[in-house]
Order: sequence, then structure tokens, then C-alpha cells
Amino acid sequence: MLASPVAAAAPPGASSCSGCHGAPGGAVPSLIGHSAEDIAASLSAFRSGARPATVMNRIAKGFSESESRAIADYLAGGGQ
Amino acid sequence: MSGIGRRAVLAGLAATALPRPALAQGARGRVAVIGGGFGGATAARVLHRAGLDVTLVEPAETYWACPFSNEVIAGLRPMSAQAFGYEGLRASGVTIARTSAEAVDGAARQVRLADGRTLDYDRLILSPGIALRFDALPGYDAAAAETMPHAWKAGAQTELLAQKLAALPEGGTVVLSVPGNPYRCPPGPYERASLIAYYLKAHKPRAKLIVLDAKDTFSKQKLFEQAWKALYPGLLEYVPLAAGGQVTAVDPAAMTVATDFETYKADLACIIPPQRAAPIATQAGVADRSGWCPIDPVTFESRLVPRIHVIGDAAIAGAMPKSAFAANAQGKVCAEAVTDLLAGRTPAAPKLINTCYSLVAPGYGISVAGVYHPDKGVLADVEGAGGTSPVDAPDTVRQQEATYAEDWYRTITSAVFG
Repeated sequence: MLASPVAAAAPPGASSCSGCHGAPGGAVPSLIGHSAEDIAASLSAFRSGARPATVMNRIAKGFSESESRAIADYLAGGGQ
Repeated sequence: MSGIGRRAVLAGLAATALPRPALAQGARGRVAVIGGGFGGATAARVLHRAGLDVTLVEPAETYWACPFSNEVIAGLRPMSAQAFGYEGLRASGVTIARTSAEAVDGAARQVRLADGRTLDYDRLILSPGIALRFDALPGYDAAAAETMPHAWKAGAQTELLAQKLAALPEGGTVVLSVPGNPYRCPPGPYERASLIAYYLKAHKPRAKLIVLDAKDTFSKQKLFEQAWKALYPGLLEYVPLAAGGQVTAVDPAAMTVATDFETYKADLACIIPPQRAAPIATQAGVADRSGWCPIDPVTFESRLVPRIHVIGDAAIAGAMPKSAFAANAQGKVCAEAVTDLLAGRTPAAPKLINTCYSLVAPGYGISVAGVYHPDKGVLADVEGAGGTSPVDAPDTVRQQEATYAEDWYRTITSAVFG
């Protein structure tokens, strides 16, 4: 029952994501099963405006490339 | 059985009867969480998952969620859609003390519970929510709230306002009063105004809604005002502070709402009064003169009493608004910080996100988002991030944001209570 390595290593901002991204099947896409590369690329595209969005474009701008990559690694590793 | 049973001791004896906690790396600690809303229930879940001994103190068996309660008022949603229980938390292994916290002794690190037990803690997380300030608006008190509902804590008040709206005579006048900052859910009053207007337009088109505001600017203002102009012209009258919108007194017997300039006669009055942190925060000594709780932006530890952390609506969270999303995000960050502190680690500076949707009509959603970080001792906006939906967005975006709002509610309530 000790803290899992994933739970202890949530990088800044990562734990907020599950406020919207939940189980598969919802209007907001689930992040389960996405690779770190996919998530990092999406965050980068949201940040630059290359990928249209309603909300994620505003949120992604709050994170640097390296912060986004850390979040992507965490989420792809099963963190929530 | 429960951790609380083992450490339930008579008040006054606990400080000497129990050993001091070990704070070495990996050590477990006892954490008490007061308040089972979006913040407290989240924190309890995360702490338990981290292997800590956590007790959630919550007297209610049903939690009535505020987000989407404006839809209930407008008859668009059943009240049952706002009800959540604690079975999920219990099943996941969180210990719940189904009683209220009567007093916190920050020096002795004890919580006195209403059922007579005492809860010792190494760290306490307070997520007590708001209290309505019945001393702040002449004429408005708990009795007046039965005539002029605030409906700012979901539950019986929500249903009361919904019933009164349904019973409004055709051609009647609804008056909605909005307090100055800060208060729970900054855009909430304007979503309420929108959905009441939607109800009136559909069911009582000759009725009128007057919104009396103690402010001149508010959250998502351009978006709300654009929508009101398009959807509810001649039906919704907005009176800002500069035009005399600040309510100075109410008279529930006469059904009047007074400002410095005018007295409005209402067939239905919804009065959202000024607010403060719930009484346990003041009792614990973590609320300042403002009535709210100053906190460290990294750990959410109180600036006033060590080892007590405050999250959710009760906290002064800088740029972060008092929202369910914010409380959920803070619950996670605070629980991680408490886990670190109990293990002798220094918590890293967090980043937090808030997303908040409002409905101005069914299928018409607008939003605001923000990203926050500790800066100069407070939680500040990360520059360049966040903001509201575009003012010139097409209907498809409004529809999508309404869908996202529904989905957000399903996701967050499932994550917190499921």
C-alpha cells in the first residue's frame, strides 16, 4: 500500500488533466492507451494553434515543451 | 476496522496518549480531511491511494452538486442528477467518519467530532466550502432564504427556487441579486440568469428578469452579454453597480429588493448573499479578517496555522476561481504535497488548471480556462495561457462546449464519487 512510483512522480499540471479526460466513450477524448509521443505532439499542436480546439488551445499555452513532454510521459505511463 | 476507532480517545488525553509521528522517509502519517465535496473527497481518495491513513469527515450521506444545479432550477434537469453518495469512496477503502467536525485544535493537532470522538492528525486538510453571510445584507437571513432562496448551496434550496420559478405568475417579475467578489462560482449567477431567462422565454414570455449586480465586470461577461442580446432581448435586464445594481437591503415580507436608487417589487427574488469560508475554518483559526483562508501556493498549507491545509472554495487561491474543477485540482495537488511532507520530501512547485463551462441555453455553452503557478507567494495566472471562448464563435462551437460541459460533469463526478 505504499505510494506507487507513478503517483509520486506527477509532474506539474499533470494531475489536473483527469478533471476532464475520463473513461473512454465521452465527448472529451480519453487519454488511456495514447502514447507519450501522441500526447506530446497534440499538446504542441494545441499550443501552436496548428490543431483546432475549443479549450485545449488555451490550456496548452500554459506549459513549455519540456513540461508537456513530462505530462505526456506521465499520462502514457498510467498516471492520472 | 476503521482507523478512527483505534485512535478515538477522550478529548484532552490524546496529546499525551499517542506517540509523535515519525517523519522519516517513507513514513506513514495520519491525515484528516474535513468536507466531502469536490475538494475533500478528491484529496481523501489520492491520500488513500498513496498509502496514507486518511479519515474523511463528512456528515451528509448525499452530496448535492452545485455544477448544473442552475439547469435544475430552469426545469431542464432532475434534482436526482445532482445527488452523489459516498459508497464509491468507502468501497475504495477510504475511512469516512459520518459526522461533522465541531472544533479543530491546531496546537494539539486534534479534531473534535460531533459524535463525541476525537481525531488526531499529523496533517489536516480542510475543504469545508462556503458559509452564506446572513449578517451582511439587511433583511436577509436564514428565514428570509425560505422566501427569497439563494440556492447557492445545492439541495433543498435548489428545489425551492425551481418550485418558485415554476409557480411564477405569467407577466411576473424575477429579481436576481449578485454579490461582490469573492464568492463561490464567479460565472454562476450569470448562468443562472441565462437559464431563468430561457425558462421564462419558453413558459412565461411576458415575465421579466432583473439582475442586480454589486459589480461592474464579471466572468465571461462579453460572452454572456452577447448571448443575452441575441437570445433574451427585452426579457433580461442587467443592472451593474454603476447603474445602481448593488442591493442594500431586502424585505421578504413585502417581497422587495432595495438598492441605493430604487426599490424593486418582485414576484420571485433569488438573493445570492455575500459569503465566507465555512465556520469550521474560522474556528480552526485559518480564516483571516476577509473570512477566507490564506494559503501557501505550493502546499495549500494555511498561512495562519501550521499542518492545516485549506483547499476549495474556502481558500484564497489567488487567480484560481472558486470552482468545482479548481477544488478537484487543488485536492490532488494538496494531497500529493501532504504525502511528500509526511515522507520528509520537499513538495515541488505545482501547476494547476481550471476549466469552467456555463450554459446560456440548452446546446449553447461558453467556457473559461486558466493555468496557474506559484508566483511571489500566491497562485498566479501563467501568462499567455487561458482565457474565454471566442466571442465570434459559430454555433457549432457553442454546441460543442455545451456537450463538453455535460461530459466534464459526468467525468468529474465519477472520478470524485464513483
